[in-house]
Amino acid sequence: MVEAAAFYILAALILGFGALVITAKSTVHSVLFLVADFLCVAALYVTLQAQFLAVIQVMVYAGGIVVLYLFVVMLVNLKRPPEAHSDPRRRGRLGFVMAVAVLAELVAIFAVGWAKPATAAGALSPNNVEQIGRALYTDYLIPFELASILLLVAMIGAIILAKREL
Amino acid sequence: MVETAIVPLIMIVIVLVAVLVTVMYIVLLERKVQAWVQVRLGPMRVGPHGTLQPLADVLKLFVKEDITPARADKWVFTAAPIIVLVPALIAFAVIPFGRDLTLFGITIPGRIADVNVGLLYIISVASIGIYGIILGGWASNSKYPLLASLRSSAQLISYEIAVTMTLVTVIMLAGTLSMVGIVDAQLSKGWWFGFMQPVAFFIYFIGGLAETNRAPFDLPEAEQELVAGFHTEYSGMRFAFYFLAEYANMIVVSSVATTLFLGGWLAPFPNVAWLSFLGFVPGWAWFMLKTFGFLYVFLWVRATLPRYRYDQLMRLGWKWLIPLAILNVVVTGLLKVLV
Amino acid sequence: MITTTHYMVLSAALFTLGVIGVLTRRNIIIVFMSIELMLNAANINLIAFSQQMQNAIGQVFAVFVIVVAAAEAAVGLGIILAFYRNKETVNIDEMSLLRW
Repeated sequence: MVEAAAFYILAALILGFGALVITAKSTVHSVLFLVADFLCVAALYVTLQAQFLAVIQVMVYAGGIVVLYLFVVMLVNLKRPPEAHSDPRRRGRLGFVMAVAVLAELVAIFAVGWAKPATAAGALSPNNVEQIGRALYTDYLIPFELASILLLVAMIGAIILAKREL
Repeated sequence: MVETAIVPLIMIVIVLVAVLVTVMYIVLLERKVQAWVQVRLGPMRVGPHGTLQPLADVLKLFVKEDITPARADKWVFTAAPIIVLVPALIAFAVIPFGRDLTLFGITIPGRIADVNVGLLYIISVASIGIYGIILGGWASNSKYPLLASLRSSAQLISYEIAVTMTLVTVIMLAGTLSMVGIVDAQLSKGWWFGFMQPVAFFIYFIGGLAETNRAPFDLPEAEQELVAGFHTEYSGMRFAFYFLAEYANMIVVSSVATTLFLGGWLAPFPNVAWLSFLGFVPGWAWFMLKTFGFLYVFLWVRATLPRYRYDQLMRLGWKWLIPLAILNVVVTGLLKVLV
Repeated sequence: MITTTHYMVLSAALFTLGVIGVLTRRNIIIVFMSIELMLNAANINLIAFSQQMQNAIGQVFAVFVIVVAAAEAAVGLGIILAFYRNKETVNIDEMSLLRW
């Protein structure tokens, strides 16, 4: 009962803030709605027994990546008004096409979903930090190392791209 | 029912009231300590030796006129102080204040919640507080606050990395991310982690000074530099929120330092038998003593050291503290494996 | 009773919002943020399945998705800044130097 209420409220907030992200006129407001969206997604992860992912989502995504977006938005503060929409009808047509696509996808999900009964929600061990850590360092060691190299390359690349003079 | 809902609620109220009262009196203590260091007396008029000064301050901030700059973004301008204050207060949800008590058959735990990722929760909540600073400066639609807020937030995210690395070493020693588990690990090892990890403690202290925008790292809000920094255009209750948030952040940093490095609510030498008479002092009293000691060092440093220039500040964070913190992690890992 | 299907529907809806954002907005920063929405939708799916299968692998993969998103955001924003310094615009209709 409490679970269902939590899920529906969080889902409504996530989709609501997501819609506001893509329709807000001011870019800074979009960024703020994105932060709110990510915080709601983190709350959703907590209801899914993934506490470690929830704090990582807040720390890295909401507290790191979106801060980066906010900095860039402030550095790129344009004097002229935000984008003049080139063709208003284009948005309507595209929206319709996307809605049809989503409808098809949802129909497919329900058709497959009802075929198999969903298993009852057990509890992942509350030690999921330990589980994730073990998996990362034993089974998935190579992807882990590759991810760190990717981050190093991205860091160097971002510094070089954004510097004024080399 | 009582245990799961009512006891935490009462504890939340107690903790919030305690934090707010402590913040008010830390403000007074800061003025007094600075005064005594400078061989003068500080506030003396309101109440005996100035002890009712915080009430006068609160009253003043309540009745001040609330000015919003002309072309400021109203929603963001109003939201920014709230975004700074809320993370500072909710971080207290996972800090263990004392031992579990049992009154009338109900166990009152020594903390509001025991989250199994408690330490990461505090770090993540601190990174949300940065938004309030960036948005406060931007929403004021004015040069000096914008510059100050960008400088201040760049400083905060730089020192966040060094602080997180030091917390990693504590996690390695304790084997758990839960704050309650960390205090229990200090109890079982018999040593406070501050003695086992002096370098980490030192880096955490410096990082804590920088994270809360305190001297000597307070360039973004120093009066001689950028008017008043990112809260230039704020007045009345909104300014009070920023003020509250800064001191609440200080108390959070001190509480986390106490829990991680100074043994939380443990007495000194908790495992030594002939010192067990120290156990008669309740856990929360030790906690408060250690936290206030740490806070006093914050105030002492403000009165003593000159301010860092901004580029010196950034150089210190990136070129000295982060490599030192990472080296500390590596050495700790090696010692754990070899010893 | 909240089943995994509910989470899949939520993820699909969030993904669609991201795609609409990418296709209809002209400001490149909003396009990037819509891409982040899509990545989050994928993450929700991964974690919902991780809870259904009671296996931590879904969460490990979600960590990798977050890492890749961080790397992509950093480099992408670096490119935007470099472009803005040269051409003073963030409207993707005007980023057409290579078009013939």
